[in-house]
Amino acid sequence: MSEDKLTPEETLKIDYNPPEKDWMKSGAVFRKGTYCYGSTPKHQELLGLPNPRNWQPNEPDWKLPENWKQTVLDGLKTRLDRNRAFKLFLDICVRCGACADKCHYFIGSGDPKNMPVLRSELLRSVYRKNFTAGGKLFGKLGGARDLTEDVLKEWFYYFYQCSECRRCSVFCPYGIDTCEITMMARELLDSVGCDINWIVEPASNSFRTGNHIGVPPHAFKSTLESCALEIEELTGIEIDVPINRKGAEILFIAPSGDFFAMPHWFTLMGYLMLFHEIGLDYTWSAYASEGGNFGLFHSNEMAKRLNAKIYAEAKRLGVKWVLGGECGHMWRVINQYMDTFNGPADFLEEPVSPLTGTKFENARSTKMVHICEFTSDLIYNNKLKLDPGRNNNWKVTFHDSCNPSRAMGLLEEPRYILNNVCNHFYDMPDNTIRERTFCCGSGSGLNTDENLEMRLRGGLPRANAVKYVHEQYDVNMLACICAIDKAVFPALLDYWVPGVETGGIHELVGNALVMKGEKERTTDVRGNPLKGAVEEKEAGEEKEDV
Amino acid sequence: MNILVPLLAVAIMTLFALGGIWWFGLYSLFGIIIPYAAIALFLFGFVYRVLKWAQVPVPFHIPTVCGQQKSLPWIKDATIESPSSTAGVVWRMALEVLFFRSLLRNDKVELRSGEKKLVYKGNKWLWLGGLVLHWSLLIILFRHLRLFTEPVLGIVLFVRDIDSIAQNLLPAIFITDILVLAALTYLFFRRVGFPQMRYISLPADYFALLLIAAVAVSGVFTRLVFKVDIPAVKELSIGVLTLQPVIPAGLNPSFYIHLFFASALLAYFPYSKMMHAPGVFLSPTRNLKNNSRAARHVNPWSYPVKVHTYAEWEDEFRDKMKKVGLPVEKEE
Repeated sequence: MSEDKLTPEETLKIDYNPPEKDWMKSGAVFRKGTYCYGSTPKHQELLGLPNPRNWQPNEPDWKLPENWKQTVLDGLKTRLDRNRAFKLFLDICVRCGACADKCHYFIGSGDPKNMPVLRSELLRSVYRKNFTAGGKLFGKLGGARDLTEDVLKEWFYYFYQCSECRRCSVFCPYGIDTCEITMMARELLDSVGCDINWIVEPASNSFRTGNHIGVPPHAFKSTLESCALEIEELTGIEIDVPINRKGAEILFIAPSGDFFAMPHWFTLMGYLMLFHEIGLDYTWSAYASEGGNFGLFHSNEMAKRLNAKIYAEAKRLGVKWVLGGECGHMWRVINQYMDTFNGPADFLEEPVSPLTGTKFENARSTKMVHICEFTSDLIYNNKLKLDPGRNNNWKVTFHDSCNPSRAMGLLEEPRYILNNVCNHFYDMPDNTIRERTFCCGSGSGLNTDENLEMRLRGGLPRANAVKYVHEQYDVNMLACICAIDKAVFPALLDYWVPGVETGGIHELVGNALVMKGEKERTTDVRGNPLKGAVEEKEAGEEKEDV
Repeated sequence: MNILVPLLAVAIMTLFALGGIWWFGLYSLFGIIIPYAAIALFLFGFVYRVLKWAQVPVPFHIPTVCGQQKSLPWIKDATIESPSSTAGVVWRMALEVLFFRSLLRNDKVELRSGEKKLVYKGNKWLWLGGLVLHWSLLIILFRHLRLFTEPVLGIVLFVRDIDSIAQNLLPAIFITDILVLAALTYLFFRRVGFPQMRYISLPADYFALLLIAAVAVSGVFTRLVFKVDIPAVKELSIGVLTLQPVIPAGLNPSFYIHLFFASALLAYFPYSKMMHAPGVFLSPTRNLKNNSRAARHVNPWSYPVKVHTYAEWEDEFRDKMKKVGLPVEKEE
């Protein structure tokens, strides 16, 4: 059975009944479509990672280093001594099961080891065996088991089947966050060279060239310029795209997906149109040309190494503060880690909007503002002329990306923008949005093709909620503020809810934004004719006649 | 196996206490030595483990945010679910600890394959079961204060009277006794009955429930069936607490069994999952403010890492940058 032949009906045959066999005895089966390929030595070496070699998870021999077991156990000890959340979360779980059906991978696969509680037990059992009296005394009866190669492989399979979305931690009565456990497990796996390539390669690219996809500065420049040309075709307005410009007031950093992928590109158009229209004194950076940070999915250290560029570049360019684009995990790093990793940013100034004078006091230490905060402030202060009718092609719903919601609480800003730039906005059901939002199914570096079946399964709960508003309100646009979302939703929705497109908030801003001196727009930024606006206008005129 | 072993353990404990008292008359062991040992194990273990947790640093600021952040002045923030002040955190923690706020969110997903859709239903049973169990235990514990104090505080007697309200029975049946047993029964059969719960449950999960049940059942027997001599219990308990232990005459063996299970629970507590009680207060996803961009969180073990500097980067791309007119720091 090949994953690309699985129809939605077949995928939906999910058996939630756990197997008879005790979970401790059954290991992982590396079935095609449900795991990611192993890292390649080239990129492991560039980043100086341990045990670079050619290997694949489905092969029997993982070519582990001689002393792998000691390395992992030592690493576990270090992390227990360094991270209270990790130690506490290993200690206090009561296995109440509240988290079980909160995980999108469990809902989509029925695999009991995708219940967050059991995912954590995979590591907890080894912790008990080696670090607790109960585990040492009672062994299996005490919920303990030895660290074997099979256990390590099971870790790899299931900790790369967790997208670190933190939904389970919303429902846990003690706030146990499986993401913390997954992060530590991935660090342990890394310590013996068991990473996935879809994380290590982007991290290596980002380290060397400045962005995940490895776009060098000259190509970065031509890409942004071609976007400006597209805008000129659409609006007749010539737009300047400043790069590495010293003395600019603001450094703008977006995820690289925005300038190389579809439908991200339309969001990029939106940014450029907005910045031009308000005359923002800003610059892009080719060195810090990545807002995303696949290092976060690898290890705290890698996240810090990649993140360092943002402040370093802000300092070199002499900007006052930093503005960040639409990206999910990027904002986990910026909101919860950046200041700790690479701060204090005492060489920057507290962010103030040059147009409205609004002080972004919530960012006074980190000095980095989310573009939705920035734009909603502009709209609130009437600094933008908007024609929401130009988005009448779309009936829009909004996907709260995991990190902006559960690591940040950025819930109202994007909704405020949407309500101002389009006429038809419908939220999905309450238990699937805001802090209870579902992952796209491909977060935390799992958005690779070979993992497609698992991604489609993990994306089922989100797609199911989209389907609801699609059927109820004819929703045909899923707006989101995350580059991974934008990359994976087109395939996901095509599979589960054909007829719903994916776009960014600032794409819709770009459509609605009435620019000074623009020619009459006949299409939206995608090139779709603006028939909706025309019909509505006519309808409105007819009404007036009556 | 996972159910059998803890069942067996509790059965053996019952026999051990029964035999020790009934046949061997080991009153001092069960009335004095074991309670002292249990108190010592509890105090040591509890303090040790909490200190152990507290010693570990919190390197990163990782609250799980469950509401709107405090950002722009005209957007109403969720002061409790996304607390930006200490008061907010205190409220959030209080709701969590006193009312199990997060469990109250619980829902249950159901796949309707035929309709090709997922349906979410409210599922408050776990919340209710947990809340009833914990509050009943708290009230029962509080009621027991009358066995340790002389004179007994008015509030203790008041709670006792409320707990046994609307009945003329003697001895009165406590509402919380019924509730705690009902909650334990539900939580036990929930583990046994639902395949997923049975799959994730460890022996320790059943043991904790069975041990608490043993304490409760033996307590109910002691009061209702054997009508324990309260002044004698007080003599023993106050003697133990004032370090002048005596074994009063005429205490029914059922009391010693109850005391044994209570001691076992006390001794087991700090070495078990029951430590979630103090643990929840230390949980970084719940006890931190959502203010990490406004105030810097310091990682005490932060160390320098290898980065790719701008200079190194420019060295690699300088020629190409100059060709397309991007500014450079160094010409060569």
